[in-house]
Amino acid sequence: MSTVVLLGVTGLGLGALYFLVASGLSLIFGLMDVLNFAHGALLSVGAYATWWAASHSFGFPLALLFGTAVGTLAAVALELGLIRPLYRRPREQVLATVGVGLAVPALLSAIWGADARTFPVPGVLAGTFTLVGASVPVNRLVLVGAALVVLLALRLFLGRTRHGLVVRAGVEDRAMVTALGIDVRKAFTLVFAIGGAAAALAGGLAGLYFGSVDPTQGSSLLIFGFVVVVMGGLGSVGGAAVACVVVGLVQQFANYYSTAGLGDLSVVVMLAALLLVRPSGLTGRLA
Amino acid sequence: MTSPLLCVRDLKVVIGGRHILHGVDLDVAAGGVTALLGRNGAGKTTTVRGVLGLVPRTGSVRYGGDETVGMTTHQIVRRGIGYVPEDRGVFVALTVAENLRLAERDPDPAYDLVHELFPELKQRARQQAGTLSGGQQQMVAIGRTLLNRGNRLVIADEPTKGLAPRVVTEVAVALERAAQAVPVLLVEQNLALVRRLAAHCVVLADGRTAHAGPAAELLADTEKSKTLLGVGRRADVTARGGDH
Repeated sequence: MSTVVLLGVTGLGLGALYFLVASGLSLIFGLMDVLNFAHGALLSVGAYATWWAASHSFGFPLALLFGTAVGTLAAVALELGLIRPLYRRPREQVLATVGVGLAVPALLSAIWGADARTFPVPGVLAGTFTLVGASVPVNRLVLVGAALVVLLALRLFLGRTRHGLVVRAGVEDRAMVTALGIDVRKAFTLVFAIGGAAAALAGGLAGLYFGSVDPTQGSSLLIFGFVVVVMGGLGSVGGAAVACVVVGLVQQFANYYSTAGLGDLSVVVMLAALLLVRPSGLTGRLA
Repeated sequence: MTSPLLCVRDLKVVIGGRHILHGVDLDVAAGGVTALLGRNGAGKTTTVRGVLGLVPRTGSVRYGGDETVGMTTHQIVRRGIGYVPEDRGVFVALTVAENLRLAERDPDPAYDLVHELFPELKQRARQQAGTLSGGQQQMVAIGRTLLNRGNRLVIADEPTKGLAPRVVTEVAVALERAAQAVPVLLVEQNLALVRRLAAHCVVLADGRTAHAGPAAELLADTEKSKTLLGVGRRADVTARGGDH
């Protein structure tokens, strides 16, 4: 029983990381039709900025805030500098984001080396607590809590604010939003900033989860982020939330109860099966 | 016609290498309804989309004296244009109230007028727009243009298309009310409605302006109507309009 509980909480923690990556990806694709392959790079930027700040005595909460802020600024710079000039050229846009996705890990390797750097986990988050007989690492709860806060904040933003209304409408029909006199480009930048902030937060928390940061962490998590987005339904934050829980749990249980590595394969098989039954994913719409 | 509010000259649109508009000239009077007519595929919707900058265009589009070619769609619309697109452009995942709220630009939106003309929209404020009938969706689309008292032009692209006769009457009344306050550019196949509302008309054929003049004069001229619009006797004109 304790193993099941531990696997369950660990799966939820991993799912929380996937959600933080996928929520931004999903909104960006839903509103802007941009497949942002640079999203993993934003995660890595956030991870390294958090690691750097935590290693310079910032304290974990402040370091996480710093990392998230750096990731947000990087996302805004990416949207304004690279994505916006290529809005009418989707192929070049994809190539540009792929380029950034490859260049940033290379840059991080060049500065801090390709080896993983140990993440300074604060003592209060390094311990465990007992849940139904299982010793569960405290940081899993932090991850799940952060994902829930982000989910709630996104739902409030989308459901209760005018900017959120513009984003939801833009996901449906971008041209019609502009025909109502709304500058949809501002919504693009805002969504990129939100996505970048969530990805950078995921980066900082990934350091906590894995105990280290390395230049390829973002790319690895991005793959599962895309799986979650497609499973949840493009543009649906609620769908992504459900899908990330399923993916995280299936991956953990399959890896433990079968051969290591089978968890990743099970996720891909599950994605293929879901797309055969429901091509638009679990919801196919915005949360 | 006094100085037109909207003055389009030599408007050309090429989409995917295909020439859709070859040079449209169009004036919209500073008051009343101007109808944009033509057979299917003549380029009416593309002209409207070109005026609003929703498709790449060349030529000249002067609105209120200012050249708008080179501006973005939202910049053009914020100069005071309400737009009812051919497909209604209603956001189906949003509620009726959210659809209307999205269109608010004035500090004091005219909900009193919208709810007076379409009381159903008030009753169905919390209903998802995707669950409305076609007629109710059209009410949302027209309601959005009436909300902003600052609008100086309403462009309605086939607002009665596919609607039941009862709803057509409601839409006609709403457009009539709108036209009392702001000029309307009406793209319409329903010639009975054109006859009722429009003072002037512009007819397109094959992406070019084929005729411009008083609407009543054109609709009274059987030969010209037949040539330009593909309708024959006057009786046909009325019957066709009544079908919509």
